[in-house]
Amino acid sequence: MNNIFVYCEIEGTTVADVSLELLSKGRKLANQLGCQLEAVVAGTNLKDIEKQVLPYGVDKLHIFDAPGLFPYTSMPHTSVLVNLFREEKPQICLMGATVIGRDLGPRVSSALTSGLTADCTALEIGAHEDKKAGKTYENLLYQIRPAFGGNIVATIVNPEHRPQMATVREGVMKKEILDPNYKGEIINHDVNKYVNDTDYIVRVIERHVEKAKNNLKGSPIIVSGGYGVGSKENFGLLYELAKELHAEVGASRAAVDAGFCEHDRQIGQTGVTVRPKLYIACGISGQIQHIAGMKESGIIISINSDENAPINNIADYVIIGTIEEVIPKMIKYYKQNSK
Amino acid sequence: MSLKIVVLAKQVPDTRNVGKDAMTPEGTVNRAALPAIFNPEDLNALEQALRLKDQFPGSTVQILTMGPGRAAAIIREGLFRGADGGYLLTDRAFAGADTLATSYALATAIRKIGDFDIIIGGRQAIDGDTAQVGPQVAEKLGLTQITYAEEILKVDEAKKHITVKRHIDGGVETVEGPLPIVITVNGSATPCRPRNAKLVMKYKRALGAQEKAAITQNGKTLPYAELYEKKPYLNLMEWSVSDVNGDLVQCGLSGSPTKVKAIQNIVFQTKESKTITGNDKDVENLIIELLANHTIG
Repeated sequence: MNNIFVYCEIEGTTVADVSLELLSKGRKLANQLGCQLEAVVAGTNLKDIEKQVLPYGVDKLHIFDAPGLFPYTSMPHTSVLVNLFREEKPQICLMGATVIGRDLGPRVSSALTSGLTADCTALEIGAHEDKKAGKTYENLLYQIRPAFGGNIVATIVNPEHRPQMATVREGVMKKEILDPNYKGEIINHDVNKYVNDTDYIVRVIERHVEKAKNNLKGSPIIVSGGYGVGSKENFGLLYELAKELHAEVGASRAAVDAGFCEHDRQIGQTGVTVRPKLYIACGISGQIQHIAGMKESGIIISINSDENAPINNIADYVIIGTIEEVIPKMIKYYKQNSK
Repeated sequence: MSLKIVVLAKQVPDTRNVGKDAMTPEGTVNRAALPAIFNPEDLNALEQALRLKDQFPGSTVQILTMGPGRAAAIIREGLFRGADGGYLLTDRAFAGADTLATSYALATAIRKIGDFDIIIGGRQAIDGDTAQVGPQVAEKLGLTQITYAEEILKVDEAKKHITVKRHIDGGVETVEGPLPIVITVNGSATPCRPRNAKLVMKYKRALGAQEKAAITQNGKTLPYAELYEKKPYLNLMEWSVSDVNGDLVQCGLSGSPTKVKAIQNIVFQTKESKTITGNDKDVENLIIELLANHTIG
């Protein structure tokens, strides 16, 4: 009762990285609150799934293994969580801000009339005073996220309703194995007690999943472009530089929206979160949603013709100039000096 | 076959084009400085609805929106592009709603509309980016949902089935679900058709009650007042909490489990940065420095 639950997303029989990251975060929050960390997996043929989950410090793993639970559809997974949560009364529930988490989270929160905050960039524990009601709440989950197009950062709390639910994007939290032999309890639930036959009403006819085409998350160097790059052709310059540096190319949302770059390279709150050794921001103004996805980079270089671009405030090096002018020079001098 | 379709649409501040005056010196959002627009993904949803209407003559497309009186502009915009009508859910009691209270209000209005086959809206609104209202409305109505839709491929009336192509993480899938259903549409789906000139002529004077009141508030007379009696379709429908039999406790601020504890203006922690020009010497020195400390190479 009153524990932290993490919904673990499954692709085939593999737990998604984002879920493992949330288990690591959940473990820390549980230590802080003095409660247990519990995980939920729902899928098909989940034999030995505990080996992927327990090492992150999970005290109790709830397994729902039945045909029809993979691939994911909304209703059966909602029933699993809603009925389990009615029994277990978690205080916090975390899930990935993925297509699945953003399909499932709101449904569960609606059924339980609990609050849900999407795409959090930080989670903390703290107190909250409701001055109007004259009440103070201890140990609430602070759900912190950029809001209003990223012009503000809001801290959201759910004083009265449980569970306090939040989704978090992949890469925001760090995945850390606590103990490869961590001992947690495993509960194999009877799925029929939680899911009605009538829940299986959406049929997946065809499904096509590819491994990510780029390695943005793992790349030590990222050359990233914004709206200021100006065109798809100019993005070619970024690819040239990236090739020389063995880097990956990323983009801001504005550049993706303008069609300069593919969506799967988007970095930021609504894209991938990265922490490379070197981040070269080309023509990126630095809206908070973008910053949220790259601010933990080791060294940040900003190439911008606007010396007042907000991103310059967090950059280690600012090069005042245009992409067309600066990038060819970087390539040239890299070639000359790296040998 | 004909379908009854309700399009969920929201008037949002254009957060993508935020100018310098969008934030007050105190760090709060200056909503007045931001133009109000039709939420972009809701336009993608409207297009999917209009395509079904083209395909199945006799189908109707109604816009449902919630907001202040000026949000009637959303219904008008929908009419200009081919919708048949709309409802503006407007009441002070709805103010301050989080996604849960918003979906409660929308669900009560949809129940009042009653007869429908498809509820369709954008995946998310650009002022919140939460993508929560669609699934929450579905849950409140006891319907299933298909989110992240790219395209409606087929509607089979005999079987009461809809087939939809949707995005999933790292791929696509095609799913089949029963009608009635709630669908949310991605911004990458087909863009909405433009306004139709004839429809603009027909509906340009369509107004909601609050818009009319705003025009006449200083004793001015409403231009073309007689038109609104002759052509009832120019009177845009407004619904209050009591019109949809809403439970006040579940509306607005009181129906919102999430509370905003703090708002912070974006102040970046300024690093000590080194500013250089784009001239050859500066760029070369930087490259040499980065090579020397093994950042690159």
